[in-house]
Amino acid sequence: MNIIVCVKQVPDPEAPPARFKIDPNTYNVVSTSDFPPVLSPFDEQAVEAALRIKDAWGGKVTILSLGINMQREVVKKPLSMGADELILLEDPAFVDGDSWSTGYALAAAIKKIGKFDLIFCGRQAADSDSGQVGAAIAEILGLPQVSVARKIEAAGNKVRVERVTADGYETVEVSMPALITVSNELGEPRYATIKGIVAAKREEPMVWKPADIGVDAFKVGVAGRRVRMVKIYQPAHVSKCEMITGANEEDAGKNLAKKMAEVKLL
Amino acid sequence: MENKGVMIFAEVTDGKLAPITRELLGAGRKLANDLGEELSVMIAGSGAVNTAAKAAAGVTDKVYAADSPMLQDYSNEAYVKMLEKVCKSAHPRIVLMGHTTIGRDLAPRAAFRLGTAAVTDCIALDIDDMNKQLLMTKPVYGGNALAVFTMETFPQIATIRVKSMTTQAVESTGKGEIINITAELDPAEIKTTVLKKVVMEDGGIKLEDAAVIVTGGRGIGGPEGFKQLEELAKLLNGAVGASRPACDNGWVKDTMQIGLTGKIVSPDVYIAVAVSGTTQHMAGCSGARNIIAINKDPEANIFTEARYGVVGDWKKVLPGFEAEAKKLMGK
Repeated sequence: MNIIVCVKQVPDPEAPPARFKIDPNTYNVVSTSDFPPVLSPFDEQAVEAALRIKDAWGGKVTILSLGINMQREVVKKPLSMGADELILLEDPAFVDGDSWSTGYALAAAIKKIGKFDLIFCGRQAADSDSGQVGAAIAEILGLPQVSVARKIEAAGNKVRVERVTADGYETVEVSMPALITVSNELGEPRYATIKGIVAAKREEPMVWKPADIGVDAFKVGVAGRRVRMVKIYQPAHVSKCEMITGANEEDAGKNLAKKMAEVKLL
Repeated sequence: MENKGVMIFAEVTDGKLAPITRELLGAGRKLANDLGEELSVMIAGSGAVNTAAKAAAGVTDKVYAADSPMLQDYSNEAYVKMLEKVCKSAHPRIVLMGHTTIGRDLAPRAAFRLGTAAVTDCIALDIDDMNKQLLMTKPVYGGNALAVFTMETFPQIATIRVKSMTTQAVESTGKGEIINITAELDPAEIKTTVLKKVVMEDGGIKLEDAAVIVTGGRGIGGPEGFKQLEELAKLLNGAVGASRPACDNGWVKDTMQIGLTGKIVSPDVYIAVAVSGTTQHMAGCSGARNIIAINKDPEANIFTEARYGVVGDWKKVLPGFEAEAKKLMGK
């Protein structure tokens, strides 16, 4: 089975909210050295989903990532988990796009890669929280899509996907090739292995520019956008928490109940 | 042909318009009034479409009803095709749907099929006075920031976070013309089949409807701790929720996850026990009227969002709280 997984480097979503700052001039996140960028968490689950299928059926897992200033130790992580090759769409022309122009570039790269059975994406990136690049790729390549998968199993020439629903899940069967987006309910992604880390260190990613994938620069990135960001801001927030104390923790709990009763919350 | 009007893609449960659809009818009418244009609804399904269409007709100007066995279960291919067909006939300026299991999957693909775009998980919508474009506000970076988007292509499609547009009342002023749209779907073009649906929820008070919620986070440490939360929830007539780490660790069912990609809740009282309060979690519970936080870390982000807080080990705080609550409630 040949599986392509799209991954994205993002500012660390686990960094404390108090440390999050948007530069009002550039609209970019101010990066801090103590919280370096990471792979978008749902993308790690997408890699895990691909590796599980590779474990069962053999084949090849290709990692594809679009951006600039991609830290090699971040984008190589899937290799150290067991993926086979890494392709980077690394060029200023590719960035600051919307889901459409980003998907457009990724779809062109996938066409160049050629053979595939499945494409996996994380359900949404931890920075944009948009969840649409998968749909853009699927539309351009004419593929069926199934979103928010918690389990993916190949069954003959079809795939069985358990999709997360509000009250549980539904099992959907889809023919290949197909595009599937993956959610955290799939389970923890595996750790990198020593063997994997060593192999990843040696492997150089392929770096492709717009000309390599046959796209016009004005159809990708910021030039190819349909959606435009008008502004971005951090809403002002005033904390008004009243701290309840006591002689000890149990006593504090009692006082909390008393306070809540006092203000009619109990 | 000029794009005009606001169209709501409706979701129907048991023949009735879903709560999110009713929220959108209110928000949609306001936008339509701001634009001086009409409000319409699209309903796709099998069997119960007529009942829902009649209900919608009372509060809108047009209802586009598509009734076909092939629309019984949601499938991306069939529903995208239907939305495409309706939009090519009705030429709406704006299409709104809930940011739900269906909306998340339908909106982007339909937008790209129509040569336009969508903005997902919006919490506010406005019309730009100057150019009549839709301004869509949505949380980004897990909720750490808000971004306002617009687009120049039509229709302008947006999915709306549940419970974010509850203020505008639904008006009963619609002309209510029902237009039946034939499905004309070719089974050979549908590449996905729903094999089965599994309900994992228990059946008690639904988190989305609960007035009181007790939520456990990473600090609960395991499934046993959640039994104590269940006890407290029962005392308070509430439901039990969980943060994502508690679900990912397998301590409780995934359906209990409250947050950006989980349930969005709006109880009167939200008691967060050993929950750090990441922005992704707050996205799910910021609609709560009163957040009560118990956490042993005084720097936990939850305290910046809570109304009342106790710094301490929940294993010691909670028993004191529960005992006193029982007394005060006369139980």
